[in-house]
Amino acid sequence: MVAPHDDAPITTSKRTEKTAQAAENIADPKGSSLVGRSVTINRPRHELYVQWRDFSQFPNFMENVERVEMIDDVTSHWAVKGPGGSTIEWDAIITQDQPDSLIAWSSADGADVANSGRVEFHDAGERGTIVTATILYDPPAGILGRLVAKLFQREPAIQTRRDLRRFKQLMETGEVATSARTTKELEEETA
Amino acid sequence: MRALTWHGKHDVRVDTVDDPEILNPRDAIIKVTSTAICGSDLHLYDGYIPTMQAGDILGHEFMGEVVETGPGSTLKKGQRVVVPFTIACGSCYHCGKNQYSACDNSNPADNQDIADTLYGQPMAGLFGYSHMTGGYSGGQAEYVRVPFSDVGPIVIPDGIEDDKVLFLSDILPTGWQAAENAEIEPGDTVAVWGCGPVGLFCVQSAFLMGAARVIAIDHFPRRLEMAAKFGAETINYEESQTYEALMEMTGGIGPDACIDAVGLEAHGLFVDNVWDQIKASTFLGTDRAHSIRQAILACRKGGRVSMPAVYGGFVDKFPLGAFMQKGLTLKTGQTHVQRYLPGLLTAILEEKIDTTFLISHRLGLEQAPDGYRMFHDHQNDVTKVVLKPGFDRVAA
Ligand SMILES: NC(=O)c1ccc[n+]([C@@H]2O[C@H](COP(=O)([O-])OP(=O)(O)OC[C@H]3O[C@@H](n4cnc5c(N)ncnc54)[C@H](O)[C@@H]3O)[C@@H](O)[C@H]2O)c1
Ligand SMILES: [Zn+2]
Ligand SMILES: [Zn+2]
Repeated sequence: MVAPHDDAPITTSKRTEKTAQAAENIADPKGSSLVGRSVTINRPRHELYVQWRDFSQFPNFMENVERVEMIDDVTSHWAVKGPGGSTIEWDAIITQDQPDSLIAWSSADGADVANSGRVEFHDAGERGTIVTATILYDPPAGILGRLVAKLFQREPAIQTRRDLRRFKQLMETGEVATSARTTKELEEETA
Repeated sequence: MRALTWHGKHDVRVDTVDDPEILNPRDAIIKVTSTAICGSDLHLYDGYIPTMQAGDILGHEFMGEVVETGPGSTLKKGQRVVVPFTIACGSCYHCGKNQYSACDNSNPADNQDIADTLYGQPMAGLFGYSHMTGGYSGGQAEYVRVPFSDVGPIVIPDGIEDDKVLFLSDILPTGWQAAENAEIEPGDTVAVWGCGPVGLFCVQSAFLMGAARVIAIDHFPRRLEMAAKFGAETINYEESQTYEALMEMTGGIGPDACIDAVGLEAHGLFVDNVWDQIKASTFLGTDRAHSIRQAILACRKGGRVSMPAVYGGFVDKFPLGAFMQKGLTLKTGQTHVQRYLPGLLTAILEEKIDTTFLISHRLGLEQAPDGYRMFHDHQNDVTKVVLKPGFDRVAA
Protein backbone atom coordinates (compact mmCIF):
# COMPACT_ATOMS: atom_id res chain seq x y z
CA MET A 1 0.00 0.00 0.00
CA VAL A 2 1.35 3.42 -0.90
CA ALA A 3 1.19 5.63 2.15
CA PRO A 4 -0.22 9.11 1.57
CA HIS A 5 1.85 12.03 2.87
CA ASP A 6 1.26 11.67 6.59
CA ASP A 7 4.00 12.03 9.19
CA ALA A 8 1.59 11.55 12.08
CA PRO A 9 2.65 8.86 14.60
CA ILE A 10 1.17 5.43 14.04
CA THR A 11 -0.63 5.55 17.39
CA THR A 12 -2.84 8.36 16.05
CA SER A 13 -3.81 6.44 12.91
CA LYS A 14 -7.47 5.90 12.05
CA ARG A 15 -6.65 2.57 10.42
CA THR A 16 -7.41 -0.71 12.11
CA GLU A 17 -4.07 -2.25 11.16
CA LYS A 18 -2.23 0.34 13.28
CA THR A 19 -1.63 -2.14 16.12
CA ALA A 20 0.13 -4.54 13.79
CA GLN A 21 2.26 -1.71 12.41
CA ALA A 22 3.19 -0.50 15.90
CA ALA A 23 4.11 -4.05 16.88
CA GLU A 24 6.77 -4.05 14.17
CA ASN A 25 8.74 -1.61 16.33
CA ILE A 26 8.63 -3.77 19.45
CA ALA A 27 11.15 -6.59 19.71
CA ASP A 28 8.82 -9.25 21.14
CA PRO A 29 5.34 -7.78 20.65
CA LYS A 30 2.56 -9.03 22.93
CA GLY A 31 -0.97 -7.69 23.23
CA SER A 32 -3.74 -6.68 20.86
CA SER A 33 -4.64 -3.14 21.98
CA LEU A 34 -2.42 -0.14 21.40
CA VAL A 35 -1.79 2.92 23.56
CA GLY A 36 0.67 5.66 22.68
CA ARG A 37 1.45 8.95 24.33
CA SER A 38 4.21 11.55 24.34
CA VAL A 39 5.10 14.05 27.01
CA THR A 40 7.83 16.68 27.12
CA ILE A 41 9.82 16.76 30.33
CA ASN A 42 12.10 19.64 31.21
CA ARG A 43 15.02 17.41 32.28
CA PRO A 44 18.01 15.90 30.44
CA ARG A 45 17.55 12.60 28.59
CA HIS A 46 20.08 10.76 30.74
CA GLU A 47 18.34 11.56 34.00
CA LEU A 48 14.96 10.38 32.71
CA TYR A 49 16.41 7.20 31.25
CA VAL A 50 18.13 6.30 34.53
CA GLN A 51 14.96 6.89 36.52
CA TRP A 52 12.82 4.79 34.16
CA ARG A 53 15.38 2.00 33.86
CA ASP A 54 14.86 1.20 37.56
CA PHE A 55 11.42 -0.41 37.22
CA SER A 56 11.13 -0.75 41.00
CA GLN A 57 10.46 3.03 41.07
CA PHE A 58 7.29 2.71 38.96
CA PRO A 59 4.87 2.74 41.91
CA ASN A 60 6.01 6.32 42.63
CA PHE A 61 4.16 7.55 39.58
CA MET A 62 2.18 4.63 38.14
CA GLU A 63 -1.03 4.64 40.07
CA ASN A 64 -2.12 1.07 39.49
CA VAL A 65 1.30 -0.54 39.91
CA GLU A 66 1.56 -1.93 43.44
CA ARG A 67 5.18 -3.02 43.17
CA VAL A 68 7.84 -4.10 40.73
CA GLU A 69 10.81 -6.18 41.85
CA MET A 70 13.92 -6.38 39.73
CA ILE A 71 14.82 -10.07 39.77
CA ASP A 72 17.95 -9.58 37.70
CA ASP A 73 19.11 -6.83 35.37
CA VAL A 74 16.55 -7.68 32.68
CA THR A 75 13.81 -9.60 34.50
CA SER A 76 11.21 -7.95 36.69
CA HIS A 77 8.16 -9.14 38.59
CA TRP A 78 5.07 -6.89 38.42
CA ALA A 79 2.04 -6.68 40.74
CA VAL A 80 -0.67 -4.45 39.31
CA LYS A 81 -4.15 -3.50 40.50
CA GLY A 82 -6.83 -5.12 38.37
CA PRO A 83 -10.58 -4.52 38.23
CA GLY A 84 -12.64 -5.24 41.32
CA GLY A 85 -9.82 -5.15 43.86
CA SER A 86 -7.86 -7.97 42.27
CA THR A 87 -4.09 -8.02 41.81
CA ILE A 88 -2.61 -9.19 38.55
CA GLU A 89 1.00 -10.39 38.53
CA TRP A 90 3.45 -11.24 35.78
CA ASP A 91 7.12 -11.32 34.91
CA ALA A 92 8.56 -9.03 32.27
CA ILE A 93 11.82 -9.09 30.35
CA ILE A 94 13.70 -6.09 29.03
CA THR A 95 14.06 -6.83 25.34
CA GLN A 96 15.91 -3.70 24.22
CA ASP A 97 18.04 -1.28 26.15
CA GLN A 98 19.83 1.63 24.53
CA PRO A 99 21.19 3.87 27.28
CA ASP A 100 19.66 7.37 27.27
CA SER A 101 17.39 6.62 24.33
CA LEU A 102 15.25 3.48 24.48
CA ILE A 103 13.90 0.79 26.80
CA ALA A 104 11.55 -1.97 25.58
CA TRP A 105 10.00 -4.80 27.56
CA SER A 106 7.66 -7.77 27.08
CA SER A 107 5.71 -9.87 29.53
CA ALA A 108 7.04 -13.41 29.93
CA ASP A 109 5.08 -16.25 28.34
CA GLY A 110 1.98 -17.24 30.25
CA ALA A 111 1.29 -13.79 31.79
CA ASP A 112 -2.38 -13.12 32.68
CA VAL A 113 -2.22 -9.79 30.92
CA ALA A 114 0.04 -10.18 27.94
CA ASN A 115 1.72 -6.83 27.31
CA SER A 116 4.76 -5.20 25.84
CA GLY A 117 5.99 -1.73 25.28
CA ARG A 118 8.76 0.69 24.61
CA VAL A 119 9.66 4.08 25.91
CA GLU A 120 11.84 6.41 23.88
CA PHE A 121 13.74 9.49 24.98
CA HIS A 122 14.36 12.18 22.35
CA ASP A 123 16.24 15.44 22.86
CA ALA A 124 13.97 18.48 22.72
CA GLY A 125 16.63 21.16 23.08
CA GLU A 126 15.70 23.85 25.57
CA ARG A 127 12.44 22.10 26.30
CA GLY A 128 14.17 19.04 27.70
CA THR A 129 13.26 15.57 26.48
CA ILE A 130 10.28 14.11 24.63
CA VAL A 131 9.30 10.84 26.27
CA THR A 132 7.17 8.59 24.08
CA ALA A 133 5.55 5.47 25.47
CA THR A 134 4.02 2.86 23.19
CA ILE A 135 2.23 0.01 24.92
CA LEU A 136 0.53 -3.09 23.56
CA TYR A 137 -1.68 -5.02 25.93
CA ASP A 138 -4.40 -7.62 26.19
CA PRO A 139 -7.24 -6.32 28.33
CA PRO A 140 -7.92 -8.50 31.38
CA ALA A 141 -10.65 -11.07 30.62
CA GLY A 142 -11.28 -9.72 27.14
CA ILE A 143 -13.96 -7.18 26.29
CA LEU A 144 -15.82 -7.52 29.56
CA GLY A 145 -12.65 -6.91 31.54
CA ARG A 146 -11.95 -3.85 29.48
CA LEU A 147 -15.39 -2.43 30.21
CA VAL A 148 -14.94 -3.06 33.90
CA ALA A 149 -11.49 -1.54 33.78
CA LYS A 150 -12.91 1.55 32.11
CA LEU A 151 -15.48 1.91 34.86
CA PHE A 152 -12.71 1.96 37.42
CA GLN A 153 -10.66 4.37 35.33
CA ARG A 154 -7.95 1.77 35.10
CA GLU A 155 -8.41 1.66 31.35
CA PRO A 156 -4.83 1.51 30.06
CA ALA A 157 -5.13 4.52 27.72
CA ILE A 158 -6.26 6.78 30.57
CA GLN A 159 -3.80 5.18 32.95
CA THR A 160 -0.84 5.69 30.62
CA ARG A 161 -1.73 9.33 30.06
CA ARG A 162 -2.00 9.99 33.79
CA ASP A 163 1.10 7.99 34.69
CA LEU A 164 3.21 9.94 32.21
CA ARG A 165 1.93 13.21 33.69
CA ARG A 166 2.93 11.99 37.16
CA PHE A 167 6.37 10.94 35.87
CA LYS A 168 6.77 14.46 34.49
CA GLN A 169 5.66 16.04 37.78
CA LEU A 170 8.05 13.89 39.78
CA MET A 171 11.00 14.61 37.50
CA GLU A 172 10.34 18.34 37.10
CA THR A 173 9.18 19.25 40.60
CA GLY A 174 10.38 16.45 42.85
CA GLU A 175 6.84 15.57 43.90
CA VAL A 176 3.53 14.34 42.52
CA ALA A 177 0.86 17.06 42.66
CA THR A 178 -2.20 16.39 44.78
CA SER A 179 -5.15 18.55 45.74
CA ALA A 180 -5.87 16.44 48.81
CA ARG A 181 -6.09 18.41 52.06
CA THR A 182 -5.40 15.66 54.55
CA THR A 183 -3.36 12.45 54.70
CA LYS A 184 -6.64 10.55 54.83
CA GLU A 185 -7.85 12.14 51.58
CA LEU A 186 -4.50 11.46 49.93
CA GLU A 187 -4.65 7.79 50.92
CA GLU A 188 -8.19 7.48 49.57
CA GLU A 189 -7.07 9.06 46.31
CA THR A 190 -4.21 6.66 45.76
CA ALA A 191 -5.98 3.54 47.10
CA MET B 1 -11.25 24.20 61.27
CA ARG B 2 -14.10 26.34 59.90
CA ALA B 3 -14.38 26.89 56.15
CA LEU B 4 -16.79 28.29 53.58
CA THR B 5 -18.06 25.41 51.48
CA TRP B 6 -20.07 25.25 48.25
CA HIS B 7 -23.19 23.12 48.14
CA GLY B 8 -24.90 24.25 44.94
CA LYS B 9 -26.32 27.31 43.26
CA HIS B 10 -26.68 30.13 45.80
CA ASP B 11 -25.94 27.70 48.62
CA VAL B 12 -22.70 28.29 50.51
CA ARG B 13 -22.20 27.40 54.18
CA VAL B 14 -19.57 27.63 56.89
CA ASP B 15 -18.79 24.07 57.95
CA THR B 16 -16.33 22.39 60.28
CA VAL B 17 -13.88 20.33 58.24
CA ASP B 18 -10.56 18.56 58.80
CA ASP B 19 -7.50 20.82 59.09
CA PRO B 20 -5.08 20.71 56.16
CA GLU B 21 -1.80 18.83 56.53
CA ILE B 22 1.61 18.97 54.85
CA LEU B 23 1.45 16.29 52.15
CA ASN B 24 4.33 17.12 49.81
CA PRO B 25 7.85 18.39 50.57
CA ARG B 26 7.30 21.86 49.07
CA ASP B 27 4.00 22.49 50.94
CA ALA B 28 3.34 25.07 53.61
CA ILE B 29 0.29 25.60 55.82
CA ILE B 30 -0.97 29.17 56.08
CA LYS B 31 -3.19 30.48 58.86
CA VAL B 32 -5.50 32.86 56.99
CA THR B 33 -5.76 36.41 58.29
CA SER B 34 -7.63 37.99 55.34
CA THR B 35 -9.45 36.51 52.36
CA ALA B 36 -11.68 38.19 49.79
CA ILE B 37 -14.73 37.24 47.76
CA CYS B 38 -14.08 37.71 44.05
CA GLY B 39 -16.25 38.33 40.99
CA SER B 40 -14.99 34.92 39.87
CA ASP B 41 -16.51 33.39 43.02
CA LEU B 42 -19.88 34.74 41.91
CA HIS B 43 -19.60 32.60 38.76
CA LEU B 44 -19.33 29.59 41.12
CA TYR B 45 -22.12 30.93 43.33
CA ASP B 46 -24.39 31.26 40.31
CA GLY B 47 -23.54 27.72 39.23
CA TYR B 48 -21.89 28.72 35.94
CA ILE B 49 -18.67 26.78 36.39
CA PRO B 50 -18.84 23.00 35.86
CA THR B 51 -17.00 20.33 37.90
CA MET B 52 -17.85 21.75 41.34
CA GLN B 53 -18.57 19.23 44.09
CA ALA B 54 -20.65 19.69 47.22
CA GLY B 55 -18.33 20.49 50.12
CA ASP B 56 -15.62 22.19 48.05
CA ILE B 57 -13.92 24.99 50.00
CA LEU B 58 -14.00 28.25 48.01
CA GLY B 59 -11.64 31.21 48.00
CA HIS B 60 -8.59 32.08 45.93
CA GLU B 61 -7.70 35.53 47.29
CA PHE B 62 -6.01 35.07 50.66
CA MET B 63 -3.04 35.86 52.84
CA GLY B 64 -1.88 34.88 56.26
CA GLU B 65 0.82 33.59 58.53
CA VAL B 66 3.03 30.59 57.81
CA VAL B 67 2.41 28.04 60.57
CA GLU B 68 3.98 24.89 59.13
CA THR B 69 6.46 24.10 56.36
CA GLY B 70 7.54 21.00 54.46
CA PRO B 71 11.27 20.24 54.08
CA GLY B 72 11.28 21.73 50.55
CA SER B 73 9.58 25.01 51.44
CA THR B 74 11.65 28.19 51.58
CA LEU B 75 9.16 29.92 53.89
CA LYS B 76 9.66 30.27 57.63
CA LYS B 77 7.14 29.96 60.41
CA GLY B 78 5.74 33.31 61.42
CA GLN B 79 6.26 34.99 58.04
CA ARG B 80 3.29 36.85 56.58
CA VAL B 81 2.61 35.99 52.95
CA VAL B 82 0.16 36.76 50.16
CA VAL B 83 -0.61 33.67 48.09
CA PRO B 84 -1.23 33.85 44.31
CA PHE B 85 -4.48 32.21 43.19
CA THR B 86 -2.58 30.40 40.42
CA ILE B 87 -0.59 27.44 41.71
CA ALA B 88 2.67 27.04 39.81
CA CYS B 89 5.63 24.65 40.11
CA GLY B 90 8.31 27.09 38.94
CA SER B 91 10.23 24.40 37.08
CA CYS B 92 8.22 23.42 33.98
CA TYR B 93 8.69 24.98 30.55
CA HIS B 94 5.75 27.37 30.99
CA CYS B 95 6.81 28.55 34.44
CA GLY B 96 10.24 29.13 32.90
CA LYS B 97 8.58 31.52 30.44
CA ASN B 98 6.73 33.29 33.29
CA GLN B 99 3.45 31.78 32.04
CA TYR B 100 2.51 30.61 35.50
CA SER B 101 -1.21 30.07 34.90
CA ALA B 102 -0.20 27.58 32.21
CA CYS B 103 1.94 25.54 34.63
CA ASP B 104 2.11 21.92 33.45
CA ASN B 105 2.41 20.34 36.87
CA SER B 106 0.22 22.00 39.48
CA ASN B 107 -3.03 20.47 38.26
CA PRO B 108 -3.06 16.88 39.59
CA ALA B 109 -2.72 14.24 36.85
CA ASP B 110 -6.23 12.82 37.22
CA ASN B 111 -7.90 16.25 37.10
CA GLN B 112 -6.10 17.24 33.91
CA ASP B 113 -8.32 14.98 31.79
CA ILE B 114 -11.31 17.33 31.96
CA ALA B 115 -9.48 20.40 30.68
CA ASP B 116 -7.54 18.26 28.23
CA THR B 117 -10.85 17.34 26.61
CA LEU B 118 -12.56 20.73 26.91
CA TYR B 119 -9.61 23.02 26.13
CA GLY B 120 -7.10 20.82 24.32
CA GLN B 121 -4.50 21.13 27.09
CA PRO B 122 -4.84 21.38 30.86
CA MET B 123 -4.12 24.63 32.68
CA ALA B 124 -2.57 25.25 36.11
CA GLY B 125 -4.25 24.34 39.36
CA LEU B 126 -6.13 27.18 41.08
CA PHE B 127 -7.23 27.48 44.69
CA GLY B 128 -10.93 26.94 45.36
CA TYR B 129 -12.05 26.94 41.75
CA SER B 130 -13.64 23.65 40.65
CA HIS B 131 -12.10 20.30 39.87
CA MET B 132 -11.17 21.19 36.32
CA THR B 133 -8.49 23.44 37.79
CA GLY B 134 -7.32 20.92 40.32
CA GLY B 135 -9.93 20.64 43.03
CA TYR B 136 -7.73 22.45 45.57
CA SER B 137 -9.31 23.59 48.85
CA GLY B 138 -9.51 27.37 48.87
CA GLY B 139 -8.63 30.21 51.19
CA GLN B 140 -12.01 31.17 52.66
CA ALA B 141 -11.04 29.05 55.63
CA GLU B 142 -8.96 29.23 58.78
CA TYR B 143 -6.06 27.28 57.27
CA VAL B 144 -4.89 26.40 53.76
CA ARG B 145 -2.41 23.89 52.39
CA VAL B 146 -0.26 25.80 49.88
CA PRO B 147 1.65 23.58 47.43
CA PHE B 148 4.91 24.79 45.82
CA SER B 149 5.20 27.32 48.61
CA ASP B 150 8.79 28.06 47.56
CA VAL B 151 7.50 29.59 44.29
CA GLY B 152 4.17 31.32 44.82
CA PRO B 153 3.75 33.20 48.09
CA ILE B 154 5.35 36.62 48.50
CA VAL B 155 6.64 37.64 51.93
CA ILE B 156 5.19 40.93 53.23
CA PRO B 157 7.38 43.25 55.29
CA ASP B 158 6.27 43.85 58.88
CA GLY B 159 4.08 46.83 59.58
CA ILE B 160 2.14 46.71 56.30
CA GLU B 161 -1.52 46.02 57.00
CA ASP B 162 -3.32 43.15 55.24
CA ASP B 163 -5.80 45.38 53.41
CA LYS B 164 -2.99 47.10 51.50
CA VAL B 165 -1.51 43.91 50.03
CA LEU B 166 -4.30 41.31 49.99
CA PHE B 167 -5.27 42.08 46.39
CA LEU B 168 -1.83 41.04 45.17
CA SER B 169 -3.35 37.55 45.29
CA ASP B 170 -5.46 38.15 42.19
CA ILE B 171 -7.35 41.28 41.18
CA LEU B 172 -4.48 43.78 41.23
CA PRO B 173 -2.17 41.69 39.01
CA THR B 174 -5.22 40.79 36.92
CA GLY B 175 -6.03 44.45 36.24
CA TRP B 176 -2.34 45.11 35.59
CA GLN B 177 -1.92 42.19 33.19
CA ALA B 178 -5.10 43.21 31.37
CA ALA B 179 -3.69 46.70 30.83
CA GLU B 180 -0.35 45.23 29.75
CA ASN B 181 -2.20 42.98 27.28
CA ALA B 182 -3.88 46.08 25.86
CA GLU B 183 -0.39 47.18 24.73
CA ILE B 184 -1.11 50.78 25.63
CA GLU B 185 0.89 53.48 23.86
CA PRO B 186 1.28 56.99 25.24
CA GLY B 187 -1.68 59.08 24.18
CA ASP B 188 -4.05 56.12 23.75
CA THR B 189 -7.71 56.07 24.65
CA VAL B 190 -8.60 52.90 26.53
CA ALA B 191 -12.17 51.70 27.14
CA VAL B 192 -12.88 49.39 30.09
CA TRP B 193 -16.10 47.39 30.32
CA GLY B 194 -16.99 46.68 33.96
CA CYS B 195 -16.04 48.75 37.03
CA GLY B 196 -15.77 45.86 39.42
CA PRO B 197 -12.45 45.40 41.24
CA VAL B 198 -10.74 44.10 38.10
CA GLY B 199 -12.02 46.93 35.92
CA LEU B 200 -11.05 49.54 38.51
CA PHE B 201 -7.50 48.18 38.69
CA CYS B 202 -7.44 48.22 34.86
CA VAL B 203 -8.28 51.93 35.01
CA GLN B 204 -5.44 52.68 37.43
CA SER B 205 -2.96 50.50 35.52
CA ALA B 206 -3.88 51.97 32.12
CA PHE B 207 -3.10 55.49 33.36
CA LEU B 208 0.19 54.29 34.88
CA MET B 209 1.07 52.79 31.49
CA GLY B 210 0.58 56.09 29.71
CA ALA B 211 -3.03 56.14 28.53
CA ALA B 212 -4.20 59.69 27.85
CA ARG B 213 -7.85 58.83 28.41
CA VAL B 214 -9.68 55.93 30.02
CA ILE B 215 -13.42 55.48 29.46
CA ALA B 216 -15.09 53.22 32.04
CA ILE B 217 -18.45 51.51 31.40
CA ASP B 218 -20.87 50.09 33.98
CA HIS B 219 -24.39 50.70 35.29
CA PHE B 220 -23.68 51.04 39.01
CA PRO B 221 -23.29 54.74 39.90
CA ARG B 222 -21.12 53.97 42.94
CA ARG B 223 -18.66 51.92 40.89
CA LEU B 224 -18.60 54.51 38.10
CA GLU B 225 -17.86 57.14 40.71
CA MET B 226 -14.80 55.19 41.83
CA ALA B 227 -13.56 54.98 38.25
CA ALA B 228 -14.06 58.73 37.91
CA LYS B 229 -11.97 59.30 41.06
CA PHE B 230 -9.03 57.71 39.29
CA GLY B 231 -9.50 60.06 36.36
CA ALA B 232 -11.66 57.97 34.04
CA GLU B 233 -14.53 59.34 31.95
CA THR B 234 -17.63 57.23 32.42
CA ILE B 235 -20.51 55.74 30.46
CA ASN B 236 -23.55 54.46 32.32
CA TYR B 237 -24.96 51.99 29.85
CA GLU B 238 -28.42 52.23 31.34
CA GLU B 239 -28.48 55.92 30.54
CA SER B 240 -26.56 56.00 27.26
CA GLN B 241 -25.84 53.78 24.28
CA THR B 242 -22.34 52.45 24.80
CA TYR B 243 -21.17 51.94 21.21
CA GLU B 244 -22.57 55.27 20.02
CA ALA B 245 -21.13 57.08 23.04
CA LEU B 246 -17.67 55.54 22.52
CA MET B 247 -17.64 56.54 18.87
CA GLU B 248 -18.69 60.11 19.66
CA MET B 249 -16.24 60.42 22.56
CA THR B 250 -13.36 59.39 20.27
CA GLY B 251 -14.29 61.55 17.30
CA GLY B 252 -15.60 58.60 15.31
CA ILE B 253 -12.38 56.56 15.61
CA GLY B 254 -13.17 54.14 18.43
CA PRO B 255 -10.94 53.41 21.45
CA ASP B 256 -7.38 52.26 20.66
CA ALA B 257 -7.66 49.47 23.20
CA CYS B 258 -10.73 47.82 24.71
CA ILE B 259 -10.69 45.78 27.92
CA ASP B 260 -13.51 43.39 28.82
CA ALA B 261 -13.56 43.16 32.62
CA VAL B 262 -17.14 41.88 32.81
CA GLY B 263 -17.16 38.25 31.85
CA LEU B 264 -19.57 35.47 31.28
CA GLU B 265 -22.40 36.95 33.30
CA ALA B 266 -22.86 40.28 31.50
CA HIS B 267 -25.96 42.09 32.73
CA GLY B 268 -28.44 44.06 30.69
CA LEU B 269 -31.40 43.78 28.40
CA PHE B 270 -29.55 43.63 25.10
CA VAL B 271 -30.94 41.48 22.32
CA ASP B 272 -27.87 39.25 22.13
CA ASN B 273 -27.64 39.01 25.91
CA VAL B 274 -31.23 37.86 26.29
CA TRP B 275 -30.68 35.26 23.58
CA ASP B 276 -27.53 34.08 25.42
CA GLN B 277 -29.45 33.82 28.69
CA ILE B 278 -32.14 31.69 27.13
CA LYS B 279 -29.51 29.45 25.64
CA ALA B 280 -27.48 29.23 28.82
CA SER B 281 -30.59 28.18 30.71
CA THR B 282 -31.40 25.56 28.10
CA PHE B 283 -27.76 24.38 27.84
CA LEU B 284 -27.40 25.32 24.16
CA GLY B 285 -24.58 27.69 24.98
CA THR B 286 -22.70 28.37 28.19
CA ASP B 287 -21.51 31.96 28.36
CA ARG B 288 -23.19 35.37 28.18
CA ALA B 289 -20.85 37.44 26.11
CA HIS B 290 -22.38 40.83 25.46
CA SER B 291 -19.38 42.87 26.61
CA ILE B 292 -16.74 41.15 24.48
CA ARG B 293 -18.93 41.45 21.37
CA GLN B 294 -19.38 45.16 22.01
CA ALA B 295 -15.67 45.65 22.70
CA ILE B 296 -14.84 44.14 19.30
CA LEU B 297 -17.36 46.32 17.48
CA ALA B 298 -16.28 49.53 19.21
CA CYS B 299 -12.51 49.00 19.01
CA ARG B 300 -10.74 51.11 16.40
CA LYS B 301 -9.42 49.45 13.24
CA GLY B 302 -6.12 47.73 13.97
CA GLY B 303 -6.68 48.16 17.71
CA ARG B 304 -6.19 45.80 20.64
CA VAL B 305 -8.74 43.91 22.70
CA SER B 306 -7.77 42.57 26.12
CA MET B 307 -10.02 40.14 27.95
CA PRO B 308 -9.24 39.45 31.62
CA ALA B 309 -12.89 38.49 32.06
CA VAL B 310 -13.46 34.79 32.58
CA TYR B 311 -15.24 32.66 30.01
CA GLY B 312 -15.64 28.95 30.48
CA GLY B 313 -17.18 27.39 27.43
CA PHE B 314 -18.73 28.38 24.14
CA VAL B 315 -20.25 31.57 22.84
CA ASP B 316 -22.46 32.05 19.88
CA LYS B 317 -22.54 35.02 17.50
CA PHE B 318 -18.92 35.91 18.21
CA PRO B 319 -18.25 38.73 15.70
CA LEU B 320 -15.41 36.90 14.00
CA GLY B 321 -15.95 38.88 10.78
CA ALA B 322 -15.51 42.25 12.50
CA PHE B 323 -12.52 40.90 14.38
CA MET B 324 -10.83 39.72 11.19
CA GLN B 325 -11.80 42.58 8.89
CA LYS B 326 -10.62 45.25 11.34
CA GLY B 327 -7.37 43.40 11.99
CA LEU B 328 -7.76 43.37 15.76
CA THR B 329 -5.53 41.62 18.28
CA LEU B 330 -7.02 39.77 21.26
CA LYS B 331 -5.01 38.88 24.36
CA THR B 332 -6.44 37.09 27.34
CA GLY B 333 -5.83 34.45 30.01
CA GLN B 334 -5.84 33.64 33.67
CA THR B 335 -3.32 35.95 35.31
CA HIS B 336 0.32 34.93 35.65
CA VAL B 337 0.21 36.34 39.19
CA GLN B 338 3.75 35.31 40.23
CA ARG B 339 5.19 37.37 37.33
CA TYR B 340 3.89 40.67 38.74
CA LEU B 341 4.23 40.28 42.51
CA PRO B 342 7.59 41.92 43.24
CA GLY B 343 6.89 44.93 41.02
CA LEU B 344 3.36 45.49 42.29
CA LEU B 345 4.37 45.08 45.94
CA THR B 346 6.94 47.82 45.40
CA ALA B 347 4.30 50.01 43.72
CA ILE B 348 2.06 49.56 46.77
CA LEU B 349 4.86 50.29 49.25
CA GLU B 350 5.78 53.41 47.26
CA GLU B 351 2.09 54.37 47.27
CA LYS B 352 1.87 54.51 43.49
CA ILE B 353 -1.14 52.18 43.59
CA ASP B 354 -3.97 52.34 46.10
CA THR B 355 -5.96 49.20 46.80
CA THR B 356 -7.81 49.82 50.06
CA PHE B 357 -10.39 52.16 48.47
CA LEU B 358 -12.13 49.06 47.10
CA ILE B 359 -13.03 47.40 50.39
CA SER B 360 -16.62 48.18 51.34
CA HIS B 361 -17.17 45.42 53.90
CA ARG B 362 -15.06 43.51 56.42
CA LEU B 363 -16.73 40.45 57.93
CA GLY B 364 -15.81 37.44 60.04
CA LEU B 365 -15.50 34.08 58.33
CA GLU B 366 -18.76 32.92 59.96
CA GLN B 367 -20.56 35.68 58.06
CA ALA B 368 -19.17 34.58 54.70
CA PRO B 369 -22.57 33.39 53.36
CA ASP B 370 -23.96 36.89 54.05
CA GLY B 371 -20.94 38.29 52.25
CA TYR B 372 -21.76 36.25 49.15
CA ARG B 373 -25.40 37.31 49.23
CA MET B 374 -24.52 40.99 49.61
CA PHE B 375 -21.83 40.96 46.93
CA HIS B 376 -24.25 39.19 44.61
CA ASP B 377 -27.40 41.23 45.27
CA HIS B 378 -26.07 44.72 45.99
CA GLN B 379 -23.20 45.31 43.61
CA ASN B 380 -23.61 49.07 43.65
CA ASP B 381 -22.60 49.44 47.29
CA VAL B 382 -20.78 46.20 47.91
CA THR B 383 -17.60 46.65 45.91
CA LYS B 384 -15.39 44.17 47.76
CA VAL B 385 -15.95 41.94 50.78
CA VAL B 386 -12.95 40.92 52.85
CA LEU B 387 -13.35 38.07 55.34
CA LYS B 388 -11.21 38.09 58.47
CA PRO B 389 -11.17 34.70 60.23
CA GLY B 390 -9.55 36.56 63.15
CA PHE B 391 -12.80 38.44 63.85
CA ASP B 392 -14.44 35.14 64.78
CA ARG B 393 -11.46 34.12 66.90
CA VAL B 394 -11.75 37.34 68.89
CA ALA B 395 -15.51 36.93 69.23
CA ALA B 396 -15.22 33.27 70.29
N1 LIG C 1 -8.19 36.56 34.18
C1 LIG C 1 -8.11 36.34 35.48
O1 LIG C 1 -7.16 35.74 35.95
C2 LIG C 1 -9.19 36.88 36.38
C3 LIG C 1 -8.93 37.10 37.72
C4 LIG C 1 -9.94 37.67 38.53
C5 LIG C 1 -11.16 37.96 37.97
N2 LIG C 1 -11.39 37.69 36.66
C6 LIG C 1 -12.67 37.98 36.01
O2 LIG C 1 -12.79 39.36 35.77
C7 LIG C 1 -14.19 39.68 35.71
C8 LIG C 1 -14.48 40.85 36.62
O3 LIG C 1 -14.19 40.53 37.96
P1 LIG C 1 -14.70 41.46 39.13
O4 LIG C 1 -14.21 40.88 40.42
O5 LIG C 1 -14.33 42.86 38.82
O6 LIG C 1 -16.28 41.19 39.00
P2 LIG C 1 -17.58 42.02 39.39
O7 LIG C 1 -18.73 41.12 39.19
O8 LIG C 1 -17.39 42.67 40.74
O9 LIG C 1 -17.63 43.22 38.33
C9 LIG C 1 -18.19 43.10 37.06
C10 LIG C 1 -18.77 44.47 36.71
O10 LIG C 1 -19.22 44.44 35.34
C11 LIG C 1 -20.40 45.22 35.26
N3 LIG C 1 -21.15 44.84 34.07
C12 LIG C 1 -22.04 43.83 33.91
N4 LIG C 1 -22.54 43.81 32.67
C13 LIG C 1 -21.95 44.82 32.01
C14 LIG C 1 -22.07 45.31 30.66
N5 LIG C 1 -22.90 44.74 29.80
N6 LIG C 1 -21.31 46.38 30.31
C15 LIG C 1 -20.46 46.98 31.20
N7 LIG C 1 -20.33 46.56 32.50
C16 LIG C 1 -21.07 45.50 32.88
C17 LIG C 1 -21.11 44.91 36.55
O11 LIG C 1 -22.08 45.90 36.85
C18 LIG C 1 -19.97 44.87 37.57
O12 LIG C 1 -19.74 46.13 38.17
C19 LIG C 1 -14.93 38.41 36.10
O13 LIG C 1 -15.31 37.72 34.93
C20 LIG C 1 -13.90 37.63 36.82
O14 LIG C 1 -14.18 36.25 36.78
C21 LIG C 1 -10.42 37.17 35.87
ZN1 LIG D 1 -10.37 36.49 42.19
ZN1 LIG E 1 5.10 24.94 36.24
